Amino acid sequence: MNGLVILDRRRVLAGGGALIVSFSLSDAFAQDQSAAPAAPAPSSPGSLKGAPFLDSWIRIDADGSITVFTGKAELGQGFKTAFQQIAAEELDIPFESLKVVTADTRRTANEGYTSGSHSTQDSGTAIQNAAAQVRALLISEAARRLNLPVENFRTENGAVIAPDGQRFGYGDLVAADMLHVQAQPTSKLKDPATFKVMGRPVPRVDIPAKVTGGAAYVQDMRLPGMVHSRVVRPPSYGARLTECDTSAIEKMPGVVKVIRDGNFLAVVAKKEFQAIKAMAALSAAAKWKETPGLPKQDDLLGVLTGLPSQDSTIFERSNSSAIGQKTIEATYTRPYQAHGSIGPSCAVAQFTDGAMTVWTHTQGVYPDRQGIAEMLRMPPSSVRCIHVEGSGCYGHNGADDAAADAALIARALPGTPVRVQWMREQEHAWEPFGPAMVTKLKASLDGNGVIADWNFEVWSNTHSMRPGGAGAMLAAQHMAQPFTPPTPKPMPLPEGGGDRNAIPIYKFPNAHVVNHFIPDMPVRVSAMRSLGAYHNVFSIESFMDELATAAGADPVEFRLKHLDDPRGRDVIESAARGFGWQKGKKAPRDRGFGFAFARYKNLAAYCAIASEVEVNRETGRPRLVRAVAAVDSGQVVNPDGLINQIEGAIVQSMSWTLYEAVTFDDTRITSTDWQTYPILRFNAVPDSIEVHVINRPGQPFLGSGETGQGPAAASIANAIANATGKRLRDLPLTRKKIKDAIDA
Amino acid sequence: MITLKVNGHDHRVDADPDTPLLYVLRDDLALNAAKFGCGLGQCGACTVIVDGKAVLSCVTPLLLLEGKQVTTLEGLGTIEAPAPIQRAFMEEQAAQCGYCIAGMMMRAQALLQQNPKPTDEQIRSELEPHLCRCGTHMRILRAVHRAAHLMQTADASTVQRSAR
Repeated sequence: MNGLVILDRRRVLAGGGALIVSFSLSDAFAQDQSAAPAAPAPSSPGSLKGAPFLDSWIRIDADGSITVFTGKAELGQGFKTAFQQIAAEELDIPFESLKVVTADTRRTANEGYTSGSHSTQDSGTAIQNAAAQVRALLISEAARRLNLPVENFRTENGAVIAPDGQRFGYGDLVAADMLHVQAQPTSKLKDPATFKVMGRPVPRVDIPAKVTGGAAYVQDMRLPGMVHSRVVRPPSYGARLTECDTSAIEKMPGVVKVIRDGNFLAVVAKKEFQAIKAMAALSAAAKWKETPGLPKQDDLLGVLTGLPSQDSTIFERSNSSAIGQKTIEATYTRPYQAHGSIGPSCAVAQFTDGAMTVWTHTQGVYPDRQGIAEMLRMPPSSVRCIHVEGSGCYGHNGADDAAADAALIARALPGTPVRVQWMREQEHAWEPFGPAMVTKLKASLDGNGVIADWNFEVWSNTHSMRPGGAGAMLAAQHMAQPFTPPTPKPMPLPEGGGDRNAIPIYKFPNAHVVNHFIPDMPVRVSAMRSLGAYHNVFSIESFMDELATAAGADPVEFRLKHLDDPRGRDVIESAARGFGWQKGKKAPRDRGFGFAFARYKNLAAYCAIASEVEVNRETGRPRLVRAVAAVDSGQVVNPDGLINQIEGAIVQSMSWTLYEAVTFDDTRITSTDWQTYPILRFNAVPDSIEVHVINRPGQPFLGSGETGQGPAAASIANAIANATGKRLRDLPLTRKKIKDAIDA
Repeated sequence: MITLKVNGHDHRVDADPDTPLLYVLRDDLALNAAKFGCGLGQCGACTVIVDGKAVLSCVTPLLLLEGKQVTTLEGLGTIEAPAPIQRAFMEEQAAQCGYCIAGMMMRAQALLQQNPKPTDEQIRSELEPHLCRCGTHMRILRAVHRAAHLMQTADASTVQRSAR
């Protein structure tokens, strides 16, 4: 770092006032670069790229109180605590002495969506660097005051310490807009060996309120004068409201208003249960014209491969010297699956003096604001979206739709805060599902049992129909002057959507990967935890076991034989060791061992999972008995938080893999509650899950919230195959399918 | 008007007798812990204790509760002075989103009041009506075991707590 770019606020200000700041700094950077023309200017780390001013991330008040701002939303993954650790570490202040403010269009940077395991990678990195640079600014300010070189100063416990022991509290050092300066491309980060807070299992800041009945969720908000609303959704996609006599409903106890706008129907009442009763009456009064348009649920393979697709080869490698001798093929399918948050979607909105405020558990306050503003034909500057936690979020669920519902209803009741919560059956029928998928694999082994060629094809819809425009929100689609849903687009690689993790991480001399992107969406779909990676990793890692069997090789050894990536090898070896995996070791009777591995998106966290599954041969019922995972997510911020995420990923993915499929007839979604969409219950919970964390001090944070989904599915499938001798490729791997396979 | 005893206090509630207890707790008494999850008795998020037994408040109408003792998570302890079950869930970090947790804790509390030393199998079986979507089950089980232990040493833990 060059002395020229030390951000001396006063010197900068002397150049001509606040507006000049960024230009002054640009000049400084330009000069700095000219001094070393050979080195290209590194771009700012993480989300500092989009929001370069330090005070977008960190505010220090004169009384010394410190606030950290993130544009990401806490979804139950615990990053709020992790970010507090990161900031405390790099600012050199006690963990308890700062607070973290999350996504709010008036207060925080626009960090898009909280998705794709990007939070710590993007926002955490921004906060880490911003905090380090703020600390450097504070040191230089203290040095300036004493007219001594900065090297003689250090920080401790929220103060800069001068060589003579004099302490300058951060609040005393910070001047009005001293932090309103652009971040530099590089920061002097702390040596991980000196970490006091980062890398430690600090208890989560949100848990105490959650286990004592504190107000912790948007569902718990109670604004003065707040009324309750319920929406009556159409019975099926595209259904049109033909008749609805609302007069009797308007006279029901507590009813404040019935709202009808085209096919959008809602009722508002003073109390929540009054709203629910009125909703039931309104639902009975509404007559709809429905049009059958859903595909055949029992032939998703035929449906998906039969729809028009945009095909592209996304990976090609060839080496004619590798010759395959034994070829095998397999087709894997995944049904539509639901996020199924335990708490149905909810939002609170208030329309006052021409301004709309929406409290929402959305993953993206800025895109939501854009969609709501467009729907209401208001300027985005008149709409504020504030993130408040909701029930667990595993992707694009009903949160954005509920936010739009609340805004549309609140506009009809100026000044009155309106709370909307969906009913269970609305959540189950109307949330955007994780898309159904098909993969076809074909590979050959050479004479040494090594994979010589690999062919992979994937068929899928888009995995993101998130807002940005109003057309992505149900309320806007149902209004009398409706907005049409945006044209679906494939998500670009390297992260990808349906083709996420479709490109193998293994070294195959010949490889050919094709993405069949299907624009037509007969079922409402969008992002669900890990997107296409869940099915692609399930397919690749199941097929690796099929190939290992064909080669007569041990599954762990077979993977290692095809993998160069040293960090990948480390997690595989760590999980295998923790599990007690031994070549040729047989599982106890009616049990099987399984193994799987992936690096999420081929660029985020590494995860390997070994599992032991028991299969009841009489009923076909499978149970995951134990799982041992190893994960490498780079520099670990909070090991317990990371373990919690991986444990959760394994259990949730097990539920998807063994039980879950959205059901429908030709017109309606028929899986509308927990009876018709069963998920894991306690009788299927494993005896143990063990997670081994491989810390990489000083390495970049690697997103880990989704890395377990694919490996868990394949590990379980491989263990079932090991237990039964039968390979199942059509998700979910239900007891009936297992029983049928055993009996076949 | 119905008189409802919640967390040791009498409340005069002006709600229709068919109103499920859940809405009275949340809407009339401004209590947060019991959650709306399904309204169908399928998920357990709304669980509270009535006369010592775990009850699904989303399907229990107010008219059945006259003269009974209702306990919610708020009635067990506070952030400053958490009950053993609350301490146990904090110490095990047994939550991800946490939406289902209050219901789980109430059923576990009811179990531990009946059976202070449940086996792992008994805990799993008791929690069968409850769904968790984040996959926090392993920690929930550990937390219930820990709560059982803490309750048995409640006196000692009270001393510890006040010493903190």
